[in-house]
Amino acid sequence: MKFDQPAQSNPIDQLKVVGRATDRIDGPLKTTGTAPYAYEQYQAAANPAYGYVVGAAIAKGRIVAMDAGEARHAPGVLAVITADNAGKLGKGSRNTAALLGGPEIQHYHQAIALVVAETLEQARAAAQLLRVDYARSPGAYDLAAVRDTATEPAEAMPDSRVGDFDGAYARAPVKLDASYSTPDQAHAMMEPHATLAAWEGDKLTVWTANQMIAWARTDLAETLGLPEDKLRVVSPYIGGGFGGKLFLRADVVLAALGARAIGRPVKVALSRPLMFNNTPHRPATLQRIRLGAEADGRLTAIAHESWSGDLRGGGPELAVQQTRLLYAGANRLTALRLAVLDLPEGNAMRAPGEAPGLMALEMAMDEMAEKLGLDPVAFRILNDTQVDPEKPERPFSQRRLADCLRSGAERFGWHARRSPGSRREGNWLIGLGVAAAFRNNLVMKSGARVRLDRHGILTVETDMTDIGTGSYTVIAQTAAEMLGLPLDKVVVRLGDSDFPVSAGSGGQWGANSATAGVYAACVRLRERVAERAGIPPAEASFADGQVRGGGGRGMTLAQAAAEGELVAEDSMEFGDLDKRYQQSTFGAHFVEVAVDYATAETRVRRMLAVCAAGRILNPKSARSQVIGAMTMGVGAALMEDLHIDKRQGFFVNHDLAGYEVPVHADIPAQEVVFLDETDPMSSPMKAKGVGELGICGVGAAVANAIYNATGMRVRDYPITLDKLLPGMPERAELG
Amino acid sequence: MKSFTYEKAQSPAEAAAAAARIPDARFIAGGTNLLDLMKLEVETPAHLIDVNGLALDRLEPLPDGGLRVGALVRNTDLAADARVRRDYPVLARALLAGASGQLRNKATTAGNLLQRTRCPYFYDTNQPCNKRVPGSGCSALEGFSRPLALIGVSRTCIASHPSDMAVAMRLLDAGVETVKADGSRRVIPIADFHRLPGDTPQHESALAPGELVTAVSLPPPLGGKHYYRKVRDRASYAFALVSVAAVVQPDGSGRVALGGVAPRPWRLESAEAALPLGARAVTEQLLAGATPTQQNAFKIPLVQRTLSAVLAEAKG
Repeated sequence: MKFDQPAQSNPIDQLKVVGRATDRIDGPLKTTGTAPYAYEQYQAAANPAYGYVVGAAIAKGRIVAMDAGEARHAPGVLAVITADNAGKLGKGSRNTAALLGGPEIQHYHQAIALVVAETLEQARAAAQLLRVDYARSPGAYDLAAVRDTATEPAEAMPDSRVGDFDGAYARAPVKLDASYSTPDQAHAMMEPHATLAAWEGDKLTVWTANQMIAWARTDLAETLGLPEDKLRVVSPYIGGGFGGKLFLRADVVLAALGARAIGRPVKVALSRPLMFNNTPHRPATLQRIRLGAEADGRLTAIAHESWSGDLRGGGPELAVQQTRLLYAGANRLTALRLAVLDLPEGNAMRAPGEAPGLMALEMAMDEMAEKLGLDPVAFRILNDTQVDPEKPERPFSQRRLADCLRSGAERFGWHARRSPGSRREGNWLIGLGVAAAFRNNLVMKSGARVRLDRHGILTVETDMTDIGTGSYTVIAQTAAEMLGLPLDKVVVRLGDSDFPVSAGSGGQWGANSATAGVYAACVRLRERVAERAGIPPAEASFADGQVRGGGGRGMTLAQAAAEGELVAEDSMEFGDLDKRYQQSTFGAHFVEVAVDYATAETRVRRMLAVCAAGRILNPKSARSQVIGAMTMGVGAALMEDLHIDKRQGFFVNHDLAGYEVPVHADIPAQEVVFLDETDPMSSPMKAKGVGELGICGVGAAVANAIYNATGMRVRDYPITLDKLLPGMPERAELG
Repeated sequence: MKSFTYEKAQSPAEAAAAAARIPDARFIAGGTNLLDLMKLEVETPAHLIDVNGLALDRLEPLPDGGLRVGALVRNTDLAADARVRRDYPVLARALLAGASGQLRNKATTAGNLLQRTRCPYFYDTNQPCNKRVPGSGCSALEGFSRPLALIGVSRTCIASHPSDMAVAMRLLDAGVETVKADGSRRVIPIADFHRLPGDTPQHESALAPGELVTAVSLPPPLGGKHYYRKVRDRASYAFALVSVAAVVQPDGSGRVALGGVAPRPWRLESAEAALPLGARAVTEQLLAGATPTQQNAFKIPLVQRTLSAVLAEAKG
């Protein structure tokens, strides 16, 4: 099915199932510990051996010699896989560094060996017996130090220029020119990368944790040099991804190689300390923002430049992309610069680009509002736009940023905000902050197959994944709505490359695109059912488990499938509506912080997000997405930071004690409001994504609240107490 | 993790004798630190002596009005004990400021005292670390040092001691009761229990080979107001950047000990005379001679400000 005209009225609009706050249908499996995640696929393959991944001890250089003799003879060891004996390996186009390194080492903890043994403990113990001699090469590990060597990544995102930024900025009566930095960050999802691999002859099945089944299969085929039809990738449950599981990783390749070497299934999970340097991370950025405005607050000049680094052949953090669309202003400039760094591979993490970009832009907007003597909410509304500022003939399909800001301000009690550093409660300095949330809505072709059986059970099969987001449930809601069934008559099977290729989970495109694919398949199934019932498809209606036509004709769906299962398959392909209309999601984040007068510790006291993101398919799981993203935004603002050892070239705090993410005690009352909206340009579902919108702007809202509390502007994230202390009032005690 | 042999100890004296006799033996109680280190092969004991069955899990009043805390009393139980909460609130607060509920349920009094540094280089066996591999060098000195120590350190090691409980114990002048391999018993004043790194950062306590901690004795209650103020990047489940333990008497005299700044709980009795003069005077003496790195120099003003807030609260 092709979606190239705005959606008309369709069965989804009934909203009997879709749009209702619905418990996750996979919830009981998860809360009882019976959902088989990759490492717990006990039924899938008998008697697996265990692989333990060894990471390189240097950041850059070569393995001069590796002695695996002792490891091979250690108790229980079945094989040691290294680049020497793995055979020729290719590399998927989505990977920058090789997933099995050696002799060349491209980054710290790049996998150099897999030790396979009867037990995990034996494999882990033997891994310590590998003797590796390295020759180190000098590397670049400090973004600031190589900033001047950075070049324009023209393929990823060339510079954009509209009007005459330099002239307009020079003429602007009110100007801001400020620099910001964001650190390297880790996804730090609960489930590490894990895979169980089993060969049957020349056919390989991997049970793994991956957001994008089709990408993983393609890249695995490239890496192993096998045709895709010999590979099956299964990933029904995923314990968090955040972008860290978008791509094929070392666990899959090494489990496959290990299983082939010993002729037996092998399972591999990355140990927690490997997670931070072996797998990709969100790259650090250095950003410069210049804003020019008329005295009345209208922006006339906007420039946003960002520097980031990656391994040679890698890509930039797209930290300026939202600046092209967020605010009006006739004269504009954005530029990315990419430097070569020999740190581990950078890649996508929740709202790549927007998350760090808005941490800078939305702080700059706060600073500019103050310069202009405007309220930050009013300043943003004043510079709102309903069209793409670079192409004014191209409107937004929906854009309710101003509504989000206004409604949020009222709900949050924004009027109580005082001047910076002037509100105290006991030992705390109190501040309020706001930021806009903005993230584009992406659409991806997505397919599904639906089966109706003689018991009236509808089964949906698609390689869509559920990374904790609630995909199972919104897909079930969609299918139930389309066929007029209650939710408990729908079975959803996800994450298997034997199923039709879907949009997958990433870029907050999953829910809208994948349910649109299910919609397409269900439209076909409705036709089959109608035919069976002898009803012209155009006249058929589906409700209460029955299909009905004119004149009272009809039957139950079970009856329709009594003579044999009815199967339909289709995919949703998206036309150019996303070119003709800019499709985006919007929100406003409001944050209240308290900063300890003595210690400068910042604690968030309350948060509100007001979102306008199309039809909300399941308000319950959508809210979970947003509060999770808000939590991640608090982490980015206050604590998350991969500390680099700039001599050795690695992230030092590579465990969950050292890489701090918020804990329950850090997270206060969070409120999420979805404005009532449908977007007929997005898909027949009229939905958009929320999973990344929720993090966009949060960091800046926290930072702006800290400024309001203390009068101190820290532009270097995360805003830890050591950065605030020098500016805190001399006397540590109140009074 | 290397393979190891295992025994359940039958008595404290036998445990100590076995630990001295068997090469590379370690005691194991809660295991919350040791097992992690063994998985990483930071610790590679050949033999584990499980002391959990030794009936050292009791709290008993002492004739002088103090309280003896068995070595195996779990952190959760110690923090919840009514006598501790009433007479030694600084200790209860320090305990509850540490780790998480699950860890405190397992972690023991002696194990907490003997927990090892959280310096990230100590945990990464690819990196030089004098504490892990004597003579290999200190990666932290010129590397990532924000959480580490700035006083009592040496050129060989700037690891900080991670315990909260130990800071309160130091403030209270606890005594560490032990049994040695020869069966003799002694009490080590807590001030002498933790060693500074000097040239041998691998030696962290005054314990002789095989010597087993059996209890920690708390002197009679001090009275006064008790504070344990832990400063950290997140609100829970994080090690202290700095912590201030204090007991302040109505006349303004008192005691102060610090966590997060040194290789051991940091207290200088001589500095406490300056308490009536305020936080700056005390901090100057407490941290005189500190050698911070660029990354952890913020801890000096942070100590002063935190202590200042504590003293202000004590006054108010």
